Amino acid sequence: MENSPGDPRGNVARTETAVEIIALHKWYGEFHALRDINLTVARGERIVICGPSGGGKSTLLRCVNRLEDWQRGRIVVDGIELTDDPKHIVAVRRDVGMVFQQFNLFPHLTVLENCTLAPIWVRHMPKKDAEQLAMNYLERVKIPEQAQKYPARLSGGQQQRVAIARALCMNPNIMLFDEPTSALDPEMVKEVLDTMVELAGDGITMLVVSHEMGFARQVADRVIFMADGQIVEINEPKGFFDSPQHERTRLFLQQVLR
Amino acid sequence: MAPMAEAAYLRTAPAERLPPPADRGGATGWLRANLFSSLGNTALTLICLSFIAWAVPTLLRFFVFDAVWSATDRGACLASPVNPEPGACWAFVRVWSSYFVYGFYPLGQRWRVDLFFLALAFGVAWLAWLAAPRRDIGAVYFFVVLPVLSYVLLCGAPLIGLAGVPTTLWGGILVTVVVATVGIVVSLPIGILLAFGRRSDIPVVKLFAVTFIEFVRGVPLITILFMASVMLPLFVPERFAPDKLMRALIGVAMIASAYMAEVVRGGLAAIPRGQYEAAQALGLPYWRMMALVILPQALRVTLPNIVNTFIALFKDTSLVFVVGIFDFLRTIEAARVDPHWATPVTSVTGYAFAASFYFICCYGMSRYARGVETRLARAHRR
Repeated sequence: MENSPGDPRGNVARTETAVEIIALHKWYGEFHALRDINLTVARGERIVICGPSGGGKSTLLRCVNRLEDWQRGRIVVDGIELTDDPKHIVAVRRDVGMVFQQFNLFPHLTVLENCTLAPIWVRHMPKKDAEQLAMNYLERVKIPEQAQKYPARLSGGQQQRVAIARALCMNPNIMLFDEPTSALDPEMVKEVLDTMVELAGDGITMLVVSHEMGFARQVADRVIFMADGQIVEINEPKGFFDSPQHERTRLFLQQVLR
Repeated sequence: MAPMAEAAYLRTAPAERLPPPADRGGATGWLRANLFSSLGNTALTLICLSFIAWAVPTLLRFFVFDAVWSATDRGACLASPVNPEPGACWAFVRVWSSYFVYGFYPLGQRWRVDLFFLALAFGVAWLAWLAAPRRDIGAVYFFVVLPVLSYVLLCGAPLIGLAGVPTTLWGGILVTVVVATVGIVVSLPIGILLAFGRRSDIPVVKLFAVTFIEFVRGVPLITILFMASVMLPLFVPERFAPDKLMRALIGVAMIASAYMAEVVRGGLAAIPRGQYEAAQALGLPYWRMMALVILPQALRVTLPNIVNTFIALFKDTSLVFVVGIFDFLRTIEAARVDPHWATPVTSVTGYAFAASFYFICCYGMSRYARGVETRLARAHRR
């Protein structure tokens, strides 16, 4: 897939590789949660990660912005190596947006304040500019009229779209989606997926943990199948869905595509 | 599958939208629902009514109708043919009132105390009124300007012509308000820091916070006050030892901070992990995350407990009497044995006066906190 190096969201030095994960191992106590993960994500690439629960998908995603730490291996994001150095960690987090399964909006702030919080306090943007920026993104996710409401008044789908707008307000180079539609009522899944499809058209690098196979087919450049803490299979969507190589992948696809 | 038409329970027309059932409104409806809903409730209501019927007239008689409002000495408060069963001796409170407020603060300098009360009331009102303009300046006034101003006013500053007043002369409501305010104002920020410390990943910070909280919390306030005023001079030459009131203030502030730390920690524990993660994922550094995302939610959750701690602290200030400081309650204790006013009702009157002062202050805090809670709840819920 081609990159789009011309886009204007230049936060850090642009590298051809957005994310590089090298020989990553993680243990939870005795449990070997991630086993020798190697993955290179090119700039602008859109990757969907699927697999059975407990397979390490979310854990891997959360390592990319260091919400989880690991015991062995390296991760380099936008040319910055994630070490224990808090400066590196904060630098990566400013550059990587994340959307959670449970939305995690800040309930004590309005929708607009949720979106402007990080631009104002992390990017030191004047309040007026931050609000302008936030309104732009709220319009893009099609809920500008909810800006003054508190999150609890919004439906799940609306909340998740606010969460996407909030992440976009930091002008990230990379977006992480951790099962963004799993906590939604069926009728709200589509509005969130539509927003993500539109975002995919912008050329932003996306890593999505999801079971929405239709979405994977439509926008993914590569689909990753993870099980038991390992990457079992990586392929382009067509090959992945039409001729899965591994028995494990085939079984999984039979279950979810039934 | 059977054809749809055969399913008898299917609707053929949409269900009507009905208004809610009418309330059995009016006073009788309310009475029946709240006071006489069952046999047990009716019995309870009657018992309470008869208690009120018995107690209220007695109290009114003692504290209002038969009370002695003005007199020059104890004579009027003693039983006499004119007033065979005298009520409360308010005249005693009136005569002693300036002592109850100022202690032995020099007569000519009492305007300084009044000014301090005014400045404090102004600051409290500024911060407590949620819709007040420029509450940020209000906070600076309250936490920076007011302490300095109060210190200069109360202790004196010979440089600008305010005579020094040693704290041994302070007393009454002045001391109670100073101790309570310092305790409250110091305990909240320090308690928050200690709570952060206790949840910190840095072992040294955590160890310090845990040790401080557990040690201070495990020792009675009286012990700390005694240690501060009796033990300290054994180790430090009297010349360098801090002022007696200052020692008590530090003791009270330490205790209050330790309790506050645990209250705040309870609030922090109630905030879901996802809130921390969302804030971190946005790149907010630790202190920003705590100040902007976590703390506002935690304090809201735990507001009733915070006010509870404040109220307990306000009442605990009366313990400073054990180290010879004349707080409000102690001034009443001292005045009620004045032979000039010794009557059977003097003590009761004095204690009733003290009780009403504490009640008004504590109930006021409680009501205010309820108001803030409802306000916050209204804003953030659906």
